[in-house]
Amino acid sequence: MAVASISVSETPLVLYTLRRADDALILGHRLSEWCGHAPMLEEDMALANMGLDLLGQARELYSYAAKVEGKGNDEDKFAYLRDVRQYRNLLLLEQPNGDFAHTMVRQFFYSAFADLYWRAMMKSADATLAAIAAKSEKESAYHLRHSSEWIVRLGDGTEQSHARAQAAIDHLWAFTGEMFRNDASERALVDAGISVDPASLRPQWLKTVANVVGEATLALPKSDWMQQGGRDGRHSEHLGHLLSELQSMPRTFPGATW
Amino acid sequence: MYTQALNTSDADDRHIEDAARAAAFQARIDAEERIEPNDWMPAAYRRTLTRQISQHAHSEVVGMLPEGNWITRAPSLRRKAALLAKVQDECGHGLYLYAAAETLGASREELVDLMLAGKAKYSSIFNYPTLTWADIGVIGWLVDGAAIMNQIPLCRCSYGPYARAMIRVCKEESFHQRQGYEIMLTLARGTDEQKAMAQDALNRWWWPVLMMFGPPDQASQHSDTSTKWKIKRFSNDELRQKFVDATVPQAQYLGLTIPDPGMKQNEAGHWEYSAIDWDEFKQVLAGNGPCNHDRMAARRKAHDEGAWVREAAEAYAEKRRHRQTAQAAE
Repeated sequence: MAVASISVSETPLVLYTLRRADDALILGHRLSEWCGHAPMLEEDMALANMGLDLLGQARELYSYAAKVEGKGNDEDKFAYLRDVRQYRNLLLLEQPNGDFAHTMVRQFFYSAFADLYWRAMMKSADATLAAIAAKSEKESAYHLRHSSEWIVRLGDGTEQSHARAQAAIDHLWAFTGEMFRNDASERALVDAGISVDPASLRPQWLKTVANVVGEATLALPKSDWMQQGGRDGRHSEHLGHLLSELQSMPRTFPGATW
Repeated sequence: MYTQALNTSDADDRHIEDAARAAAFQARIDAEERIEPNDWMPAAYRRTLTRQISQHAHSEVVGMLPEGNWITRAPSLRRKAALLAKVQDECGHGLYLYAAAETLGASREELVDLMLAGKAKYSSIFNYPTLTWADIGVIGWLVDGAAIMNQIPLCRCSYGPYARAMIRVCKEESFHQRQGYEIMLTLARGTDEQKAMAQDALNRWWWPVLMMFGPPDQASQHSDTSTKWKIKRFSNDELRQKFVDATVPQAQYLGLTIPDPGMKQNEAGHWEYSAIDWDEFKQVLAGNGPCNHDRMAARRKAHDEGAWVREAAEAYAEKRRHRQTAQAAE
C-alpha cells in the first residue's frame, strides 16, 4: 500500500520555494477543513475563499520549485509524496483549527506577516517569485483585513469571545517567532536580491498586530520564548495526521492519475 | 444543490382569500407575468414557495457535507481546489436561496431553526455516504445533473426572486456537472481499480438519484396547485424520464453499466427503467437513511459551536452603535 516518498534536491532556491509553498498548502488545507462546519454561511464562504487563495499560491510555488529543481517532480509529487520530515512549513500553520478564535488568530498572525512579506517580495530579482508575490500580496491583504476584523469583534464582543480570543493568542504566540527567522541557505538569496530578510519585517508586523490586538481590548503575551523547527522538517505532532489524510489517495493507489 | 418537494402546496386556506384578488393573481400567472415580493399573493402561494425555497436552501447547505467529506483527501491539488470551490458554490446557492425566501417574509434564522429541529426537509440524496473518490465524480455527474433537470424549469417559475436565483444557480451547476463527468472520464480511462471504483459508485448512487425527482406522478399529492401557479412545470415522471434518456448514452460513453438489467429502449427512443424501490425512499425521508443522523448532527454541531461567534459579532455591533450614538451626542 505504501508509495515511497520522492527525494528532493534542496538547492537554496528550491528549498526557499518549497518552504513558502508548504506554508500556503498547509494553511489552505487547514482552512478547507472548516468547509461546511463554520459558525455561519458567510464564514464558510470566507474561509473557503482564503483556502482557495492559499491553494493557488501553493500550486504556483510548487510548480516553480519543480521547474527550478528540474528532476521531474511536480506540484502533486511535492504535495503528496513527501513525508513529515520533508515538509518545510511554519509550525504556526499546521496547528489544528481549534475553535474559531484559534483559526482566526492563526490567520491574523500569518496574514499580517504574509502581507508585508509578499509586498517586499514584489521587488525580487527573480521574476517568477516577484509575479507570485504580486498576486499573493493582494490576497494576503484581504486575509489580513478579514482576520483583523474578527479579532476585534471577538476581543471586544462578549466575555466568552474575549476569553477565547485571548486564549488563542496566548497559545499561538510562541509560534510567531519562526516567521522572522533566516538561515544560511536563505541568506545567500537575500544577498542576491532574490528574497528578503524576514527579520527586517518584524517591527512593522508587531506594530500592526499590537494595534489590532489593542483595539480588540486583548493583550499580547509577555513571553518571548519561540518554538521553531518547521523550516527544517522538525514539526509538531499535528502535521503527520494532516499529511496522512491529505496524501491518502496517491499513497494508496500508486501511479494512478486522477 | 437541489429541492425535492416540488409537489407540496398549501391549498387549505384559499377560501378565505378575496376571490377577485385571487382571480387577478391567477390571470397574471396565466399571462406569464412574474410575481414580485411586494405584489399581493395568496397566503398559500407564499407558504408553498417559502417551504420550497427554504427546503432548497437547506439542501444546498446539507449538500456541502457529503462532498466536503473529500476536500481534505482529494487526490491532486487541482481536484482539491476544484472541489473546495464547488462546495463553496453550494454554500453560495444556500445564501441566495435563503435571501430569496426572506423576500417572502421568513427570516433565515427561523428557517434554519426549523431544519435543525427536524421540521423542514432537505433532499434525500444527501443522506447517502461518499465512500470513495468516485462518489465525488458521480455526485457531480448525476446528482447535479438531476438537479439541473429539475431547476431549469424553475428559471421560469412565477415567483421572480426564485426564478432569478435559479438562473444563476443553474449556470454554476452546469459547470459542476461537467467537472463531475470529467472526474468520471478520468477514472474510466484509468487503472482497473479506478474503473471498478467508478462502476461501484454508479451502482450505489443510481437508484437514489432517480428518487431525487420525487414520487411517481400517480402518488404525488398537491402538484395541481403548484402547476396552476407555474411553480412546477413538468411532472416528476416527465423529468425523471428526461434525465434517464440523457444519462444512458453518457454512461455508455464512459463504458459503465447502469445497474438496471431490465432497462430497455422503447420504440419512441426512451429508456424504460425498472421499478424504483419507493420503500427505501420513504425510509430515507422518514429519517432512516444511512446518513440522516450524521448530517443533522453535523449541522447542529456547527450551529451550536458557532453560537458564541455569532453572539460576539452581535455584541460588538451593538457596542459600536452605542459608541457612535454617544459620539454623535457629544
